[in-house]
Amino acid sequence: MNGTDVNPSVAPGVRLGRVSFVWRPWLVLVTLLLAAATFLVFCLSIGVGDFPIGLSRVIATILGRGEQVDEFVVMELRMPRALAGLVVGIALGVSGAITQSVARNPLASPDILGITGGAGAVAVFLVTVSGGTAAAVVGSVGLPAAALAGGLGTGLLVYFLAWRRGIDGFRLILIGISVSAVMEAITTWLLVRADIRDVARAQAWLVGSLADRSSDEVEVALRCTVVLVVVVAGVAFQFKPMHLGDDVAAGLGVRYTRVRAILLLCAVLLAAVAVSAAGPVPFVALVAPQVAMRLARFPTPPMVASGLVGALLLIGSDLVARTALPVTVPVGVVTAALGGPFLVLLLVRANLR
Amino acid sequence: MAAQFTTEVETVPETGGEGGARLAARGVTVGYGGRKVIDGLDVAIPPGVITTIIGPNGCGKSTLLRTLTRLLKPAGGSVVLDGEDIAGLRTRDVAKKLGLLPQAPVAPEGLTVADLVARGRHPHQSWLRQWSSDDAGVVERALTMTGVLELADRPVDSLSGGQRQRVWISMALAQGTDLLLLDEPTTYLDLAHAIDVLDLVDDLHESGRTVVMVLHDLNLATRYSDHLIVMRAGSVLAQGHPRDVITAELLHEAFGLRAAVIDDPVGDRPLIVPVGRTHVRLDP
Repeated sequence: MNGTDVNPSVAPGVRLGRVSFVWRPWLVLVTLLLAAATFLVFCLSIGVGDFPIGLSRVIATILGRGEQVDEFVVMELRMPRALAGLVVGIALGVSGAITQSVARNPLASPDILGITGGAGAVAVFLVTVSGGTAAAVVGSVGLPAAALAGGLGTGLLVYFLAWRRGIDGFRLILIGISVSAVMEAITTWLLVRADIRDVARAQAWLVGSLADRSSDEVEVALRCTVVLVVVVAGVAFQFKPMHLGDDVAAGLGVRYTRVRAILLLCAVLLAAVAVSAAGPVPFVALVAPQVAMRLARFPTPPMVASGLVGALLLIGSDLVARTALPVTVPVGVVTAALGGPFLVLLLVRANLR
Repeated sequence: MAAQFTTEVETVPETGGEGGARLAARGVTVGYGGRKVIDGLDVAIPPGVITTIIGPNGCGKSTLLRTLTRLLKPAGGSVVLDGEDIAGLRTRDVAKKLGLLPQAPVAPEGLTVADLVARGRHPHQSWLRQWSSDDAGVVERALTMTGVLELADRPVDSLSGGQRQRVWISMALAQGTDLLLLDEPTTYLDLAHAIDVLDLVDDLHESGRTVVMVLHDLNLATRYSDHLIVMRAGSVLAQGHPRDVITAELLHEAFGLRAAVIDDPVGDRPLIVPVGRTHVRLDP
């Protein structure tokens, strides 16, 4: 550490070889604690089930030092679900952190910007209108792919509709809400005129669930998320001044239109990947960055912490959905129950100001 | 302290032409969606002094400032910075030469003064080198010069309007450029705080910087500038030292304002006394 001759109020820096950055002990501590908590809940989620496995045995098995008996249950049966929770949670958390930062508004999450709605509409279209036959032919790959395409398409549509000599956060949200409403209307219309068996299947998917994930599906989502998070990390430095507004960012040498387009595309893709893997799980992308901001006492949504809170929230909610309630419910029911009041709280706080 | 700070300023070789101006607009035409706001305007910013752009609402003063800083791309003509067309320079290189404070900027809630001013170092940083002891030193000197060092840990949104403006100017200072462009730095400030901020701008000029600003208040512009650019309807009506430029005729021509121009009892510049329809004892 250096900078000892400088006033303590000015942030001290850390230097590791040629790399240097601002030293923020509290943010680092909170992020590490969140990572530890996420790992703990991840292992707990694997341990819980008809054949309970203790925490230490789960950890030993993950590290490859477990017993043969646990090996199959942990790695084959339960790993895909837990991993899906981790990947989808991180994707939603980071996606929400990006959209909220870009729009400079805590309400701007992929749910509200219509990305999840669009993914849902296209997926339901595939399940119902194609009579289920096409879906059956395409198999399990069909639904996630359709959701991905729907989410991406709707995200781009919202971006171009909101474009008027630049992107304004408030207009982005208003257009997003409108497009979201249209997508939900289409979904409802499709469900009303569809065959009742398809409706049941579509409904189950629309709530958002981590159940019955195949390891192939999870692997695709994992790879996409890793690539996207790396891209986000690469652009994040250029994004720092953009919290101060477009003009200030431009004055500080940032080509903000390009940086914002790349980041929004990443956010849309992350949300679409998440929806394709677990269905439109509501509110995680909205809540996670806000919780991360408050825990880290940071003025803007911290990316890494937001992703971790997203994972913690999703795996935790799934755990509650499976164990704490008298009947097993999809994880989307729990996140909606948690997220709804949180949204009201955000709106009330915004109104008080 | 001011002299110490000038060492941070990058020295750039003088370029010929336009009376040694480092920043100039040559025949720029700027418009919003087909409507021309500025048409074929030529202007050179004299080095080492405070230049203020004045003019009636909607005459294109902010548009000119935004064009000079490359926030707006002219439809015709060019802006020249150190002898090069600004449109051909890298955004980052422009940011190393030219500091900009837009009109009424907003910081995220909870961002501290030190963090905000630290963002001014962005053009000098990279993905790997995000913070160095040089940066910390420059930020501390910028905070000291603007008199907000003791506020370093406070959130920007908890400060008064005048303090907040000092902090933003501090950020532009941390950028380490000797060209500073300020778009209405006194917006939303009461007279006492406006004077306070303009005194600070004068300190920056004294320490060797070239300042360009847009101001609404004519008397403040006259008091604090060495060079006035008077605009009307997208073109330059007059420019020069306030003593040479500010006359009753010009004010009538530019603003449609009837006014008396008298000697400033406390300063060495003219003072504008507006004449309205009512509450006037004698016709000038």
